[in-house]
Amino acid sequence: MLRLVELLKHPLRELQSDVDEAVSPARYTMLRRKIIALMMAATLIPLSVMAVLNYYEHQNAMVREIQNPLRVLVNKTKNSFELFLAERSSTVSLIASAYTYAELADENKLARIFAVMRKEFEGFVDLGLIDEHGTQVNYVGPYALRGKNYADQRWFQEVRLKGKYVSDVFMGFRKFPHVIIAVQHMTEDGRTWILRATLDTRQFERIIASMSLEPDADAFLVDTQGTLQTSSNNYGKVLEKLSFPMPPQTYEPAVLTMTDPLGREVFLSYAFFPEADFVLMAVKPRTSALKTWYTVRGDLLFIFVAGVCAVLFAAMRVTDALIRRMKEAEERREMALREVEHSQKLSSIGRLAAGVAHEINNPLAIINEKTGLMKDVLDREGDFPSKGKILLQVESVLRAVERCRGITHRMLGFARRMDVSIEELDLGELITETAGFLSNEAMHRKVDVQLDIDPHLPRIISDRSQLQQVFLNLFNNALAAVADGGLIVALARAEGDSVQVSVRDNGCGMSDETLKHIFEPFFTTKKGTGTGLGLSITYGIIKRLGGEIAVESTQGVGTTLTITLPKGQREALA
Amino acid sequence: MNKQDWKIMLVDDEHEFITTLAERLELRGITTRVAFDGESALLAVAEEEPHVMILDVLMPGIKGLEVLERVKRSNPRVQVLLLTGHGSTRDGIEGMRLGAFDYMMKPLNIDTLIEKMESAIDYAAKAANLG
Repeated sequence: MLRLVELLKHPLRELQSDVDEAVSPARYTMLRRKIIALMMAATLIPLSVMAVLNYYEHQNAMVREIQNPLRVLVNKTKNSFELFLAERSSTVSLIASAYTYAELADENKLARIFAVMRKEFEGFVDLGLIDEHGTQVNYVGPYALRGKNYADQRWFQEVRLKGKYVSDVFMGFRKFPHVIIAVQHMTEDGRTWILRATLDTRQFERIIASMSLEPDADAFLVDTQGTLQTSSNNYGKVLEKLSFPMPPQTYEPAVLTMTDPLGREVFLSYAFFPEADFVLMAVKPRTSALKTWYTVRGDLLFIFVAGVCAVLFAAMRVTDALIRRMKEAEERREMALREVEHSQKLSSIGRLAAGVAHEINNPLAIINEKTGLMKDVLDREGDFPSKGKILLQVESVLRAVERCRGITHRMLGFARRMDVSIEELDLGELITETAGFLSNEAMHRKVDVQLDIDPHLPRIISDRSQLQQVFLNLFNNALAAVADGGLIVALARAEGDSVQVSVRDNGCGMSDETLKHIFEPFFTTKKGTGTGLGLSITYGIIKRLGGEIAVESTQGVGTTLTITLPKGQREALA
Repeated sequence: MNKQDWKIMLVDDEHEFITTLAERLELRGITTRVAFDGESALLAVAEEEPHVMILDVLMPGIKGLEVLERVKRSNPRVQVLLLTGHGSTRDGIEGMRLGAFDYMMKPLNIDTLIEKMESAIDYAAKAANLG
């Protein structure tokens, strides 16, 4: 962690130090990891912070979006309930005012009034007239309740007190949940009576059904004591106790989040009735309410993960490209260094050879002349004892001088190859001619030398004798590498502005270690028989002629040396 | 022209080499004059023009190529055979460009040297006839 903080503090310093030391593959791997980590941190930290903030902001907005409609719906439904009850109590109130006690006490008349009520308003079950003593004097409805006395019932007391009464839902002796609406009427002469209607609470169920809630949602009416006034899907039947505690009383419809007795996270929306002892409640499980949110959340997560993957992918691609470039630059630098080193080595060896040859040639010339003079004098002398023997010695010295001359001239030849003599030449012809020098050895060893030269090979401007030396070296090396009966293929093709010649053999091949050094002077694998200068000279010549030389080799499979020469004369040589 | 009539000048700072070479040529009937440096060579040429000058490239004092240049300027008929101790063809080619007849590398083969002197003299004679 500390390391990451350090890295974030000085990212460039860290990278720079890596660049300087980046030479080994492990270094590159480390560097690659660091760059990717840095890029990921720089992009993913802000992205993650934004994603988290967005997530919570979105979630809260969604919750608000869900709670508000629920609150509005509960309020509207509460209003419907209130309207329903107000309409019915007004109707009862109107009848109580519009008819006289005598009219209402008339059985037929009351029956007719009830019929009209039922026709106009649904839900009425029965209608009764109760005198001031609590005795039901007239009754229309399905039960035989005429003559029943209600004087000791609570509702009777309340209606006497308040003039109007809407009851909680109760079973009573009708054996189904119902609500009573009772209205007291007072005549001018001080006489009072009560008109009492019963409402079937199935009407309540209808109003609740009109809320069109989702199947897993629940809505019901309770009284302020927590007794269910309509059946709930999950929290009890009508007139049972609500299975969770009542929420605090509010004047405005409210929404709260809670865990219901079934263990579900739910939104509870409720509204207290100001005029009646009712509370309307609607319960919606959080999961179903937030279904849209969960979908959105899934989408968000997907986008986030896709974003992270894209960033990772891009970071990796960019880093790979970067590392590749760095590697290439590093390799180029190394190669350039090696070339400089090599050419310096070559030129200093050239100078050394020239110096040595010159220094040796002068005394050698003296020995040559002195011995020559001895021979001249001996030739001109008459016979004397031992003349023959002395002549033999002199000639032997001359031969030794000749040998030394050969050696110094070869050394000078190496130095001389620093010079270039340019002419237009047919490379195919040159290769064919050079291969011809070796035909005897090839035939003797049954080596198959195949020449595959493009007949339309363009003429190039280069140095004939030096190129001949190059191909002689290549063929010689190939011959040395192959076993008897082996194969050597020389291929010459035009490649854009250059000509490419490759000499491939199916010989012993070279190890990677050998490959590293083959162009170095005095490096040889032909123990005791090679000078170690062949490929070094070849390399020097090709470079001076503006060409390139490449080698590919697999141990036990063979070696291919490829030379690329420019068609025209290199400017530096002009 | 007979060998006896050839006027050959040998210029080299290697005394042993040049005197022995002179002696060997003498044995073959070729008269030579010897100079051990550029200055005396130039003086000798001014005194008596040789047919052929055998001139070492590398000498202390005036260098061979400069001697060649000056001789060719003052006595263009003199044919110069350059001797070079080291194998750089550059000196040889440069010498040819400056008017040398040919160049040879040490150690010499005396017969080859005489052949070259002969061709140089033939060439000079032909050139004189044409001129």
